[in-house]
Amino acid sequence: MAETAAPKTSPETNLSLRTSPAAVLRAAFETGSVPGTVELSEITFLTMVGLRVARDTDAGQRIASVTGGLPATCGAVSGSGDTSVLWLGPEEFLVVAPLEAHESLGGDLIQALREALADGEGQVVDLSANRTTFELTGPRSRAVLEKGCSLDLHPREFKAGTALSTEIGNIPVVLWKTGEESFRIFPRASFAEFLGRWLLDAMREYASPEVP
Amino acid sequence: MLLISCPNCGSRDETEFHYGGQAHVAYPENPNELNDREWAEFLFYRDNTKGAFAERWLHSTGCRQWFNMLRDTVTYEIQAIYPMGAPRPDKAAPAPESGTASTAPDSTTTGTAAPSIAATSLATSTAPASTTAPEGATK
Ligand SMILES: [Zn+2]
Repeated sequence: MAETAAPKTSPETNLSLRTSPAAVLRAAFETGSVPGTVELSEITFLTMVGLRVARDTDAGQRIASVTGGLPATCGAVSGSGDTSVLWLGPEEFLVVAPLEAHESLGGDLIQALREALADGEGQVVDLSANRTTFELTGPRSRAVLEKGCSLDLHPREFKAGTALSTEIGNIPVVLWKTGEESFRIFPRASFAEFLGRWLLDAMREYASPEVP
Repeated sequence: MLLISCPNCGSRDETEFHYGGQAHVAYPENPNELNDREWAEFLFYRDNTKGAFAERWLHSTGCRQWFNMLRDTVTYEIQAIYPMGAPRPDKAAPAPESGTASTAPDSTTTGTAAPSIAATSLATSTAPASTTAPEGATK
């Protein structure tokens, strides 16, 4: 054992050693996407942090100053720059940030959040490996989601810039509408392959010309 | 499919929720002093109400918060949704005026919810227990 050389840890080795939950579907996502109609891809290794803190406490306000605010109501998303905070519950939030924010790649977001919480009541938990991120874009993306989601996804109800916990294809996910025709879907890692294949199946009809 | 209005998230499908059984079943004040029958009644004996029934629900795939609901077990009509710890809304109004009289008229149906709370405090446990036990035994 002593002879085994410890691998050098650097951001590059850390990243090269990782396999994303839907990596096996990367080629399928490319061939299954219908350019200009509906496209699916996996965004790998986003930094995600689970927060449990009350907004109106000192700790909540300290954390809000790190993240650029904490959302107050169901569906709301706050944050600043490339760091977003999604509302999951009255005292539960999900921070989503680029992969470089993770401490394994030299980032300091999670450490900053831990320091902001300090000994206040609450939790800061690194959940980056808990969920992966799917990006579904294109004019047919809403129609694809509507095949397996009971929320009212019509733009008059579900506005760009909101995120809701729900189920898609019976899989619990967080669904974040990032633009008028773009969604980010956060399934837990173990459900990623199933949901990826479910979405591919739901997208399939849009590859064929519409039957008049 | 019920459309349930979560206090935090608004209307969502029933499939997003988990049922938590009868509401307002208070934990015994002195659990060690209960005999086996009383403990069994606290754990397992629940009302089987025809009509308005107070029950607990969890928005499990949404905000993961518990709340109480008053639901008609015949029509499925949701009559009220109120926070955990709040008193049952359809009992709240008459209760302060005359505590014992308010539960008496409907004690054959929903009224059993009130005595079952009292049954968990030992002082009053004997009377309600003796009335609820035969009901449970017939199930
Ligand atoms: Zn909810």
